[in-house]
Amino acid sequence: MIGTSKENEPVSLRMEGVRKHFGATVALDGVDLKVRSGEIHALIGENGAGKSTLMKVLTGAHQPDDGCMWLDGEPYWPRSPADGRSAGVAMIYQELSLAQHLSVAENIMLGLEPTRGPFVKWGEIRRLAAGALGQVGRPDIPLDIPVSRLSVAEQQLVEVARSVAIGCRVLVLDEPTSSLAKKDIRKLFELVRRLKAEGLAIVYISHVLEEVHEISDTFTVLRDGLSVGEGVTATTGVHDIITMMVGRELDELYPRSHRVAGEVVLEVDGLDGLGLPASASLVLRRGEVLGIAGLVGSGRTELLRAIFGLDPVVRGEVKVAHFTGPASPSRRWAQGAGMVSEDRNREGLAINLSLADNLTMPRLKGLGPYGLVTPSGQARASRPWIDRIPIKCLSPMQPLSDLSGGNQQKVAIARLLYADVDVLLLDEPTRGIDVGSKAQIYKLIDELTAGGGIGDPTGGAGGPIGETSDPAGERPPKAVLIISSYLPELLGMCDRVAVMCRGRLGEARSVDEIDERQIMLEATGSGEAA
Amino acid sequence: MSEPTVQTLPAAGNRSHVAALFGQLGPLVGLLFVWLLFALLMGHDFVKWDNQRLMLLQTAVVGTAAIGATLIIISGGIDLSVGSTIALGTVVVALLLNAGLSPLLAALGGIGAGMMCGAAVGAIVIGYIGRVAAMIVAALTVLWLWEAIGPVLAVLAAAAAFGAVLAFSELVVKQVPIAPFIVTLGMWGALRGTAKGLGNNQPVYPEGVTWLNELMTNSAGGLGSVLAPGVWILIVLAVVMAGVLRYTRFGRHIFAIGSNEQTARLCGIQVERTKLFIYIIGIGCAGMAALLQFAYLSMGDPTTAEGYELRVIAAVVIGGASLAGGEGSIRGTMVGALIMTVVDNGCTKLGLENWVQEIVTGAIIVVAVALDRLRHRRAATAIRREAREE
Repeated sequence: MIGTSKENEPVSLRMEGVRKHFGATVALDGVDLKVRSGEIHALIGENGAGKSTLMKVLTGAHQPDDGCMWLDGEPYWPRSPADGRSAGVAMIYQELSLAQHLSVAENIMLGLEPTRGPFVKWGEIRRLAAGALGQVGRPDIPLDIPVSRLSVAEQQLVEVARSVAIGCRVLVLDEPTSSLAKKDIRKLFELVRRLKAEGLAIVYISHVLEEVHEISDTFTVLRDGLSVGEGVTATTGVHDIITMMVGRELDELYPRSHRVAGEVVLEVDGLDGLGLPASASLVLRRGEVLGIAGLVGSGRTELLRAIFGLDPVVRGEVKVAHFTGPASPSRRWAQGAGMVSEDRNREGLAINLSLADNLTMPRLKGLGPYGLVTPSGQARASRPWIDRIPIKCLSPMQPLSDLSGGNQQKVAIARLLYADVDVLLLDEPTRGIDVGSKAQIYKLIDELTAGGGIGDPTGGAGGPIGETSDPAGERPPKAVLIISSYLPELLGMCDRVAVMCRGRLGEARSVDEIDERQIMLEATGSGEAA
Repeated sequence: MSEPTVQTLPAAGNRSHVAALFGQLGPLVGLLFVWLLFALLMGHDFVKWDNQRLMLLQTAVVGTAAIGATLIIISGGIDLSVGSTIALGTVVVALLLNAGLSPLLAALGGIGAGMMCGAAVGAIVIGYIGRVAAMIVAALTVLWLWEAIGPVLAVLAAAAAFGAVLAFSELVVKQVPIAPFIVTLGMWGALRGTAKGLGNNQPVYPEGVTWLNELMTNSAGGLGSVLAPGVWILIVLAVVMAGVLRYTRFGRHIFAIGSNEQTARLCGIQVERTKLFIYIIGIGCAGMAALLQFAYLSMGDPTTAEGYELRVIAAVVIGGASLAGGEGSIRGTMVGALIMTVVDNGCTKLGLENWVQEIVTGAIIVVAVALDRLRHRRAATAIRREAREE
């Protein structure tokens, strides 16, 4: 069956039943992908759906556990990225991989330097590099300057030229527009179409569906490591693609209990940071979820960090509960505020320490006799949260690196519940995790703000410093501030949404009075007209 | 879901159980191996109790300093100035004794010198180079002007100098954190120089013999007849520090900072303050080691303990610590220090030349770390296998 089909179809690249797991995480659970030459194929899926893993399998950076691949009808089984490159598969990563100190020509020919004996043939390098630049339509880029002097868009071009220089047949572009300005995106699209016309098979990874619609011919949707749909882009609606990506109707995903806004627990007035944000003000009450929308780089993260004391406050007031003024993160925890970082690996979690170590980190108190911290005390304090959230793990003492991204993120959130804070500052709390974990986190946030639903399951270890905590059971609802780039999530979860644009925070409005279009208008700075 | 079980490595079958056990014992197995090797080669001459006691004594100085270095390395730092700190410490103890202080005060002075070095290193690491410079300038001003213009004016001049340097540094540099590698590389030279300056380039011989000279010898009766007091100091310090690392907030914060400093900061750990304490206590241990070295030499010697910094780091690393931070244990460090002593002692007893010892020790360091990496990978696969079967 497979034998016949691969001969009859002009398919350049074909992947079938690809499986790959890391530790307990199943990243790919049987994925199929077909890309013809002279075609732009979009690979769509949420963060964590398995797009990057699939492409790493394709380029040879990861070895699959199971599955088959063919390139132009030949079995293809790369052992390393070098293997993949020599077979004609090249990938342009989101983070460009250029040697910043080397010249444009050297970068293009890196690893392919023509030599005579031990000597590099410089003339040849320049000639071939110039040819490759010509092929990508930018012969004007100088060959001899260090790539660090080029703009990001030009650097990306140098990477494409490098792929052309190795004579690649399959080119993978991973979120290529994420760091580009609008006019550079236009130019990139022109280039991609040009390469397509030359007969390359192009895999285009993106979660910006508008882009996908514009550039791609066909698509495959991944969800939780499975290919859940494929088709021709022109005949498929955006709504259908979203439904495939998410795998369920949206209102199931975002529960919304009856919430009653209580007293003010966080008040920010005219907050200036270093650069961003500029004069931001907001009010957050108990029993309320406030969302902050805005483009990446608009100052959303900086606002949260300034509130939490991680970045300096230059001017303005922050009031947490009845405490006024700027404070260090350690004071903020004591005042009853906690934060989840947007960058789980670099900042949010100590990946090599145990789950219990991570969960109890903000408050190593009451975990053993005489104020000592015992491992059994840490495990005992963690276990109720592991069951309650729930977090899938073998033991509280398991290193966090063994957990899946979704479960790691749940630990980062459980940390705030363990410390029993009233104000939860969540920066992209669902970035890069599977839909199942997302749903659990949404449900948790809803229960926390509805009040009474979630008590302190440790029954006594809770309460901000200096306060005796209630027994398990009824608790006042908490206040949640969420930053997210994913608008359906914000509109689904929040009571009010404020939009940030170039460091300025707009008025928070009820989700009933605002929609995705309006948010995008305001986020891009064209909101006043509407 | 059922209740999760509390185990570091859940036992799937006997194989992973054995692997886990081996993993936990790792360096200890290595120690037993080299010990048995020399025991087989030499028999009684190596195995006899006197030799065991001697080896423990030979471990005391490096071991004591390595306890401090373990704290520093777990936190993601490093100390290249251990040898110089020890030399400075021996000179300070000798000078204080000669100045007529009681042995106890001289001993505290030696440890205090170590802690002050640690405070300076810690302060510079977290970015307060200006403050450290201001304090050093003030101290030097007092010393220079004390004779010339009298105490009162000297102190006033020092205060002025302190203020000037501090104001300048606050205006110009503010807070500039510097990598511990660089700071302690600088200290490696500066402290050695200070020791030589204080001792006038000569060893400092204390005038009388005090109990400080007997810390590294066995006494006639009591505990001291079993092991020398210096070895007891090492043992007690090791037990206390192991407890501090495992069971106190300070200890857990050291691991958190070493594993991911940003997470530690996010979780409200006062990273700067904790680091300062880590260096004060860690390099204070080198001050304690200096005391033992002084007892061993019976003099303050500015040229002693040359190259000890690398022996100390080697002990910590053989013991399973990661130079990237977040990993390490006192038990491992002690085993690492003992492995090096056993190799030195055994090679000497076998009549092998010094260069052979050096090659063997060098090879052990690399092999130990390679085995440790392998062990980590094994443990990780065991957990993954477990998770997959779940």
